[in-house]
Amino acid sequence: MTSAPAINQPKAAQTDPDAQPIEAALVGAPNCGKTALFNAMTGATQKVGNYSGVTVERKVGVATTPAGRKFALIDLPGTHSLRARSPDEEVTRDVLLGQRPGERVPDMILAVGDATNLRGALRLVSELKKIGLPIVMILNMIDIARHRGLQIDHVALSEELGIPVIPATAVRRGGLDELWSAVDPMLEAGLDAPQPSSWAVPSTHDMRVSMREAERLVKTHVIQPPEPDTVSAKIDRVVLHPIAGPIILLAILFVMFQAVFSWAAPFMDAIDWAFTSVGAAVTQLLPDGLIQSFIADGLIAGIGSVIIFLPQILFTFLFILLLEDFGYMARAAFLMDRIMGRAGLNGRAFIPLLSSFACAIPGIMAARVIDNKRDRLTTILVAPLMTCSARIPVYTLIIAAFIPNTKVLGGLSLQGLVMFGLYAAGVFSVLAVAFVARYLFAREERSAPLMLDLPDYKTPILRNIALGLYQRARVFLRRAGTVIFWAMVVIWFLSTFPMAPEGATEPAINYSFAAIIGHFVAPILHPLGFDWHIAVALVPGMAAREVAVAGLATVYAVGGENGLIHTLSDQWSLGTALALLAWYIFAPQCISTLAVIRREAGSAKWMWVAVVYMFALAYLAAFATYQISALLGAG
Amino acid sequence: MKASPIENETCKCALPLGQCRRGFRGTLVSVCPLAGNDGYDADELELRLLELGFIEGASVHILHEGPFGHDPIAVRVNDTTVALRRAEAMAILAE
Repeated sequence: MTSAPAINQPKAAQTDPDAQPIEAALVGAPNCGKTALFNAMTGATQKVGNYSGVTVERKVGVATTPAGRKFALIDLPGTHSLRARSPDEEVTRDVLLGQRPGERVPDMILAVGDATNLRGALRLVSELKKIGLPIVMILNMIDIARHRGLQIDHVALSEELGIPVIPATAVRRGGLDELWSAVDPMLEAGLDAPQPSSWAVPSTHDMRVSMREAERLVKTHVIQPPEPDTVSAKIDRVVLHPIAGPIILLAILFVMFQAVFSWAAPFMDAIDWAFTSVGAAVTQLLPDGLIQSFIADGLIAGIGSVIIFLPQILFTFLFILLLEDFGYMARAAFLMDRIMGRAGLNGRAFIPLLSSFACAIPGIMAARVIDNKRDRLTTILVAPLMTCSARIPVYTLIIAAFIPNTKVLGGLSLQGLVMFGLYAAGVFSVLAVAFVARYLFAREERSAPLMLDLPDYKTPILRNIALGLYQRARVFLRRAGTVIFWAMVVIWFLSTFPMAPEGATEPAINYSFAAIIGHFVAPILHPLGFDWHIAVALVPGMAAREVAVAGLATVYAVGGENGLIHTLSDQWSLGTALALLAWYIFAPQCISTLAVIRREAGSAKWMWVAVVYMFALAYLAAFATYQISALLGAG
Repeated sequence: MKASPIENETCKCALPLGQCRRGFRGTLVSVCPLAGNDGYDADELELRLLELGFIEGASVHILHEGPFGHDPIAVRVNDTTVALRRAEAMAILAE
């Protein structure tokens, strides 16, 4: 690489203490181990946020060299090329070319390549060199390459490319030594000043030329092992087998469900117990009145209702991150692509949608694995239709009150069948809504092509998993937490004020704004067979679905599950009960989910789209259910 | 004179990869998406295929087929494995 062309163009050396610290950008293809390398270089200093205006994750951290030099490191989204095709790849291109407002142009590029598969990385480097920034190429996962018997002459490669080429591994202790010993002197001497960029969008001809050149470099400088790696091929023969493959996928999902439902339950109970105890203690300590009610019912119950989701989120992501790191996620997408494609969804939407059976929040967050923007948005918008665990308390209550506990069709429980039907209705509505959305809005477009690398299997790195879980938890608690918390405060306010007058005979909620709202909307809900009791209970139920159960108990002023079941079966017709079940399949009654949609879809617009379409479907479904029931004499 | 496929002496023309079954082994002859045949910019598709390693002269081997309708396919291209749908694989000619 040539040095700075003129004397009056000083090197960006670290002589001036006020100068901004050097910033290096990590660039590489997906699956090249870039994030593991980033984690190893920056440790716990990293900050995760979003690029302004897009939901692309922005990861920055501070790397400290053994000599004590610090520099900022930014982990740019993975890309095969600077020809940006997705919002993530656009960020990478724009940051590197200095076209992204508010982002600094990095002083140096660390181009990461998977040492076991260098061709693509060498081609990317040929593009990156045209940008004019100083580049160091990192041969990542060199330990795996050496283990397989690949011999890479990195010195000769470096000479031919004209940039430093350094082997590294993020996994082993000392795996970064060579990298540091090359970077430290570079920082010491000062980096070359950037040259003007000569990058242009490559034509198909340019692409062929650069692929051939990369091919030549690999042939010249890499000695392939006498026997190619067969472990991944052997695993794939089982995992992608047309019969065994889907069965294995189902088995993995079954274990995942077990984990999310059963293993998370004790943690959720513990959190529930802790918040209930604290609430009870506060109720004991503080005198009766507004402050007690606000702290116990508003603040503590509000925060508790957010944190209760955390175990399910962490268990879901534990599985997703493990499968992703292992390399299985791409295989799951391969197996399910055809089925998902029928409904206009991408194969990669499969896991996020299935996670939504537990809770739509981790499901929506997991939709980040979908690279196509439209497919990701569709997945985010339909995920809340999956039957999440918060619907279970409501479903079980109504089923217990109205569906006789009899056996039908030779020993099947009728109650169980209704429950299964409600789950099936959720799945069907997801596929139907996705299909209709595609028909209405993207009929002309072909679905985005599925083209993905099936990377070699790798042992997941524990530290990456731990960091990933920590980041998900933080994102959820910080961003969604604040929104949900304020919503809870509003709902508490609505259910508390105005307060019941002296000598009131009815439950206090019946005098509150919630009751006023309930009475106001009751005529609208009347054709669904809902009376004002239900309308009032649905007001706090907007915060979270299962809260409606407590809401009904408050409105009817009955205690205990059995008392409520008894009251409901007395007060409601079968038509009303069935209509409420139909309502619950669709209604977007979860502020946490809406907050996460807003966050992940990048704008409030899509959150409102979800609110409107889900309420519309809920209304239609409940209306049809009640009216048909009434015609059949069950109204 | 190109080497003829072993299976079929009479047909020396290249086959679209999208029509080949599991177990097919061959050499990539050309990458040439037809404009407008799938609503997806032909140049863009060509670039993406090239990037993934589908370049003239590469060895291709169909390792797996999707469990439903034999779609998508997993193709070994030189020394990497790539999954793609048959529709896109129609742009790849191999013999």
